[in-house]
Amino acid sequence: MIEISKLNAWFDDNHVLKDVDISVPTNGSFGLVGESGSGKSTVLRTITGLVDDWEGNILVNNKELGPKRDKTFYRLVQMVFQDPFGSLHPRHTIDRILTEPVNIHGLGNSDARVVEALNQVGLDNAFRFRYPHQLSGGQRQRVAIARALILEPKILLLDEPTSALDVSIQAEVLNLLGRLRRELGLTYVMVSHDLAVVAHMCDDIAIMNHGRIVERATATQLADGTLEHPYSQQLYKAAGGYDRAVVDSFVDWD
Amino acid sequence: MSNETLLSVKNLEVTFNTPKGDVHAVRGVSFDLGRERLGIVGESGSGKSQTGRAILGLTAANGKITADQLQFHDVDLANLSPKQWRKVRGARISMIMQDPKYSLNPVMTIGDQIIEAYREHHKVGAKEARRRALEMLEAVKIRDPERVFNAYPHEASGGMGQRVMIAMMLIPDPELIIADEPTSALDVTVQLQVMAILDDLVRDRGMALIFISHDLQLVSSFCDRVLVMYQGHVVEELRASELHNAKHPYTKGLLNCLPKMDGDHSDLPILEREASWAEG
Repeated sequence: MIEISKLNAWFDDNHVLKDVDISVPTNGSFGLVGESGSGKSTVLRTITGLVDDWEGNILVNNKELGPKRDKTFYRLVQMVFQDPFGSLHPRHTIDRILTEPVNIHGLGNSDARVVEALNQVGLDNAFRFRYPHQLSGGQRQRVAIARALILEPKILLLDEPTSALDVSIQAEVLNLLGRLRRELGLTYVMVSHDLAVVAHMCDDIAIMNHGRIVERATATQLADGTLEHPYSQQLYKAAGGYDRAVVDSFVDWD
Repeated sequence: MSNETLLSVKNLEVTFNTPKGDVHAVRGVSFDLGRERLGIVGESGSGKSQTGRAILGLTAANGKITADQLQFHDVDLANLSPKQWRKVRGARISMIMQDPKYSLNPVMTIGDQIIEAYREHHKVGAKEARRRALEMLEAVKIRDPERVFNAYPHEASGGMGQRVMIAMMLIPDPELIIADEPTSALDVTVQLQVMAILDDLVRDRGMALIFISHDLQLVSSFCDRVLVMYQGHVVEELRASELHNAKHPYTKGLLNCLPKMDGDHSDLPILEREASWAEG
């Protein structure tokens, strides 16, 4: 579904992605893990057209992407952002937030589509005419997912979709995402700093550091802890909680 | 660890007066703290931060604190004048906040801010204060203290900013540190490195620490004892090493709903809340 090869990207003189290769099969779920500045979000932003200065090949649904994305691309690919506070318009009702993409793409029948999208993410119809500030963080993130789903895309790009949420709410949203992928046959590319979240959600995982993929692993390899690159081993150990001896073994990867 | 009690909190209540009526943020929290590391864990709105803030008298103006006892050594924290507070805050109890981006002064160099914290409580000359500040930056493992001393907060990374905060809060040598999500804004490895610095300094100087966090697993790997809060109540108190023997359904629910690296993609258990937990 997604084939990326030799992807490089720059912010001015800053070379932020270095020869990134990714391949995601249809209905697959691919996870990108790394720390701040590793370039994991930039991969998603480049796919979705938010980065101007890039080189390489991006094939989505067997079509090569150029510098511009057209409407058909966004029917196919939608992105969910990290912060549901920042990604929903504070002065638009949920109804308007969900109707807007339907109108832009001229799909029609927006009333039924909004009801269905809310239903898909497990929100009651009562939320339809509320404003974002009247919703909790978890409910807001459900609205952001509903907005992405309303165009019936085949691919969701998920940029830290649960890192702003409490763990109990995170579990609910992760379950929702898992169910949607099974029921709608979606393909996911998910970015997270949390190794456990990615291991839970994804079959294939790439660990990034300073714009490069340092290691690829399957969920099974993560479960066994058989990572090879010292950077990934360090991330793996850090996910295990505080241990004074482990901290002393850390190396800076600047 | 000695059994001497540093801080005794009995039946602490914090209520906020809002246009929509009273909000009861903390409901009858009690605990005794010795020279140990105590974790307070809970989700958003559980009252964990408000508990920490009430101890330091930092509750917002529309909030009301009542307690049967709020005793820090010989000081009754419930009835202090602003002048008496200034002798306690920073000097004897200090607080490390979550995000150094917002808690450091953006228009003052890092060095000047640390010196200010030191000289507020110690009558020393400028030269001596500078020497102490540089020593402190070294103690929080900043590699080039001179450069950071002269830098402004925006020139420091998140991890470095938080080390600077720790340096600033520890330089007056307080007896109790309240750390409110001090590492939540940091990457995992940096988070652990900052915790190690805090760990060493608190241990070496025999300070007590209250570590407030949403991360139950992290807190229990770091602290001696953990209080789990839910809707203003302490629903469970346990030794950190006994976490796997947690009895309260809320604590168990919090542990179970974490994704694990076991290669299992099936649904996570959902935390089912019961109204009775909030009655306590």
